Amino acid sequence: MPGMAVQGYLVLSVVLFVIGLAGVLVRRSPLVMLMSIELMWGAAGLLFLTFARLWAGMEGHIFSFLIIVVGAAEAAIGLALIVLIFRTRDAADVDDVRALRG
Amino acid sequence: MSWVVLIAALVALVAAMAVVRARIPVHSVLALVLNLVCLAVLFIVLDAEFMGLMQVIVYAGAVMVLFLFVVSLLGARKEAIEREMSLLAGQEGMGVVAAGVLLVALLMAVLRQPLPAPAQVYPGFGAVRAFGAALFYDHVLVLQLAALLLMVAVVGVVVLIARRDQGR
Repeated sequence: MPGMAVQGYLVLSVVLFVIGLAGVLVRRSPLVMLMSIELMWGAAGLLFLTFARLWAGMEGHIFSFLIIVVGAAEAAIGLALIVLIFRTRDAADVDDVRALRG
Repeated sequence: MSWVVLIAALVALVAAMAVVRARIPVHSVLALVLNLVCLAVLFIVLDAEFMGLMQVIVYAGAVMVLFLFVVSLLGARKEAIEREMSLLAGQEGMGVVAAGVLLVALLMAVLRQPLPAPAQVYPGFGAVRAFGAALFYDHVLVLQLAALLLMVAVVGVVVLIARRDQGR
């Protein structure tokens, strides 16, 4: 792996992360916001694995594994919340959800 | 090897844009699957075979099926997907500006950092054996915390969903 390739992976990871952030900030559908957060998880995992390869250490792999675990847990909780919100409020827009009590 | 990386990176970028821009949630989910598969290709190129396989099986497989289930569950009300009017004036413009500022800052931080040449990896780096040794010998606490987190998530989902049904 030539030296320039590491920078390429880092730039790709940064751009993917920012696209996910823009999705969270711009879109108002809670489903798409959750998917944008998954994009950000994926970018972070790519960053960890790039540095794991750079230093030839397995710790980056452990962190990437943890990212998959946390992402799965977050998706399960988030989707359950979205289903609950849709059931009670019939809202497809996060701006509509203003009351804390169901 | 390098054209594989280029194609995977380009498709990952295009798919990420499609996730954010798609108007129909199913299209977003499918673009996200494509993005995650391209990331798995990059993982494998980076000598992380096991994480690449995990990415495909767990993330692009299980988690995305969960997303598809919820999208199809809620998809019956098509007219309620998303309105163009926002309660926050100028939200889109300010969001794009904030993301652009973060992009410039992160790119400056990344590109100005001097990086060493990649280290030589030993044979079997990133394979199941090396990963298992790292996880079960050196980082057992991480494994246990991950298991605890998943259990709490499952219990939390059951509590969230079941409470509504009891009220009826």
